[in-house]
Amino acid sequence: MQPDITDEQHQTMTLEAFADTIVPGEKRFPGDVAVAGAAPGGGAVAAGALALLADPATGIANDLGAFADLLNEHARKYIAEHGLTTDPALPPLVGLSFAHRTTLIQQLTGPDHPEKEFWILVALFSNMAFDTGAHLHTADAMAAGHPGLAAMGFARPGPDGLWRFPDYSYGRPLANLHPSTTASGSPS
Amino acid sequence: MNAVEKVDVLVVGSGFGGAIAAYHLAAGGASVTVLERGPWLEGEDFDHDFKLGSSYTRIFDFVVGDGMSLLGGNCVGGGSVVYFAAMPRAPRFVFERHGSIGRRMWPAAITRDALDPWYDRVTESLPVTRQDWSDVTYSGGLFAAACAHAGRTANPVPVAIDASKCTNCNWMMAGCRFDAKRSLLFNYLPAAIAHGATIRPMHEVQKLTRNADGGYRVHFNIIDDSDYRITAGDGVIDAKIVILAAGAGATPVILQRSEPELGTMPHAVGRYFSGNGERLNTAILNEDRVRDLLGLEKADGVPYAASQIGKGPCVASWDRLDGSRPEYTRYSLEQLYFPPGFGTILAQVPDATGPSWFGAEKKEIVKRWQSWLTIFAMTEDDNEGVFGPPPPTGNATRISQQMLGKGPIRYDPTPNTLRGWALADADVKDIMERDGLSRVMPWTNDVVGAYTVHPLASCRIGDDPATSALDDGHELRGHPGIFVTDGSAVPGALTVNPALTIAALAERAMPGIVRAARERGIDVTYGAPAPDGATSARNAVLALVRD
Ligand SMILES: Cc1cc2nc3c(=O)[nH]c(=O)nc-3n(C[C@H](O)[C@H](O)[C@H](O)COP(=O)(O)OP(=O)(O)OC[C@H]3O[C@@H](n4cnc5c(N)ncnc54)[C@H](O)[C@@H]3O)c2cc1C
Ligand code: SF4
Repeated sequence: MQPDITDEQHQTMTLEAFADTIVPGEKRFPGDVAVAGAAPGGGAVAAGALALLADPATGIANDLGAFADLLNEHARKYIAEHGLTTDPALPPLVGLSFAHRTTLIQQLTGPDHPEKEFWILVALFSNMAFDTGAHLHTADAMAAGHPGLAAMGFARPGPDGLWRFPDYSYGRPLANLHPSTTASGSPS
Repeated sequence: MNAVEKVDVLVVGSGFGGAIAAYHLAAGGASVTVLERGPWLEGEDFDHDFKLGSSYTRIFDFVVGDGMSLLGGNCVGGGSVVYFAAMPRAPRFVFERHGSIGRRMWPAAITRDALDPWYDRVTESLPVTRQDWSDVTYSGGLFAAACAHAGRTANPVPVAIDASKCTNCNWMMAGCRFDAKRSLLFNYLPAAIAHGATIRPMHEVQKLTRNADGGYRVHFNIIDDSDYRITAGDGVIDAKIVILAAGAGATPVILQRSEPELGTMPHAVGRYFSGNGERLNTAILNEDRVRDLLGLEKADGVPYAASQIGKGPCVASWDRLDGSRPEYTRYSLEQLYFPPGFGTILAQVPDATGPSWFGAEKKEIVKRWQSWLTIFAMTEDDNEGVFGPPPPTGNATRISQQMLGKGPIRYDPTPNTLRGWALADADVKDIMERDGLSRVMPWTNDVVGAYTVHPLASCRIGDDPATSALDDGHELRGHPGIFVTDGSAVPGALTVNPALTIAALAERAMPGIVRAARERGIDVTYGAPAPDGATSARNAVLALVRD
């Protein structure tokens, strides 16, 4: 049983549960309920999804409370429709298992859902938190071991924070050219 | 009240269509002002950084429509600053296409042979150069080897990149930090400025109205430097002629918004949009197979794992660019790189048991990102895009401070387009999955619809007034003195990267636009050399334009 949680925690946990469904990760601490622990390594939440969503640059930072409420409304409906019982102390989305969260978010982002547009937006930013760390300077994120960039094997920049790849080519012909290539190197 | 500012020529947008027009008209003696909605960045301003607010989001535009998302430039230099600089000419059959109208859709005067001298002008000006295999990146080499393994040909593509400066950093979309990409910031634009043209960044044109003297008044908003949703001022400039070159996602919107005051627009304004038939597939390579089947190994002994290394597209396969094949079955395939974010979100899990574009299985394939190879298909679509009513300002209702907005385009792919995509997908699979080389999936269209970095044809040239907005001299039908020289003028999908063709068409339109300017009392002549002073391609076209 969770102690009483504030509205703000409620909102944070709900958005964390959403982001964790997009890019799942391991639980951050024993008893972590927002992150379902459905995949090894850090996921969107550990990568900073909440910080990115709250960045005014996204243009949706002011809507996050409304999004969380709406998500929980959808979760409540889903729980009722499927006859599930969830921990009443938790935000309804957080109370759902990872599999149920996934099914619900598939519906919300599906081609026919009337609110598809903004759920996709939240999904895009959740994803970007993981695979670009767009709330951080990338060189800093790399230095701090950002879990998404690290998982992808994103190469480290040089000491000046810029990327250069002096080894870039197999350096030999690897196919025959199209027989009607023109002198300018274009198709004819 | 201040007097309204007056210029001979007002150019809207500073990408290929705008920069080429600004250069020739300024060099010929006209007073020219260019209004550009985005910022003016160069060299050290271009960041290697995914952080929102870095150059990447400042100079890039991503408009989500209904069934189609458009990606483009938003800065001085337009698409040339963010693009990948692959610059092939369009194959000759493209100019004979019928598309959705049942007869040749290009003006009779334009064939590949007729356009070649104008391609030469752009090639000399940027310049565009052939690459050889030592310029080709690991990902390009891998695609070439996979093509050869499947009995196909593959070509290094011509590019507008100075190979001696390129570090293969693959930050093309954030602008080139190393001055290697030969964007318009290095040729037409500085040359236009040297001839007295003025470029005003953060000036977004909203609409045109007509003046009593037959000229036009151009109405603009000034955009806030960091939050593009904020208007920081507005103004007007009067011009004798107007060159619209805001890109195929924006030019028709400006004209639609001007219609109540300018009068009826040609039917084809905001119709016949083409996404250049774009389609993307991601292959996830089996590294052992790369070594065993293709005999490839990098300097570090690893077969590939190099998706991050490179400079956009290096190699294309043109086997299906065969004019004897039926329309809608011809396409090119090109190896490509998109950075994480754009390049990962739409990629799908092969054999997914749950969702294909997010979730636990998606995370597993993203962890193999360095073994990804993205293949870009440019097919023949059906010009089925239509623009709805214009948003209050610009070409989109902005959502984020920068980059992301919601636009009025609707795109519902026809069976012809869908068939072209399916053929290209099957072909990519055939090449890339052969003998277990990789697993391939197309990107999903369920998230943001189809997508294109090559918007075209939304205000196109043609001989038939019912299906083209511009005559073959790029003048807007029924609105003398308004010319369109950007990608919206291209009649349809090109089956290859479009920028060289857009630029060649703009070059081809210039002698006629100069003539029209003279008829309106502007003291201007045609005949400037290439921006760096080279004259061989100029001399070749002068013989064609003498009247
Ligand atoms: C990521 C990416 C990669 C690409 N790679 C290639 C490639 O390798 N090869 C290739 O051939 N093509 C490529 N392209 C496409 C190429 O960049 C475009 O086809 C080309 O730039 C279009 O030229 P344009 O003149 O039509 O418009 P643009 O170059 O888009 O220029 C239009 C300009 O107008 C400005 N503008 C828009 N609205 C207004 C307004 N209301 N007022 C004032 N200014 C306005 C824009 O900010 C922009 O600067 C790529 C595009 C992208 C996005
Ligand atoms: S890959 Fe080369 S051309 Fe592209 S941004 Fe890097 S240095 Fe410039």
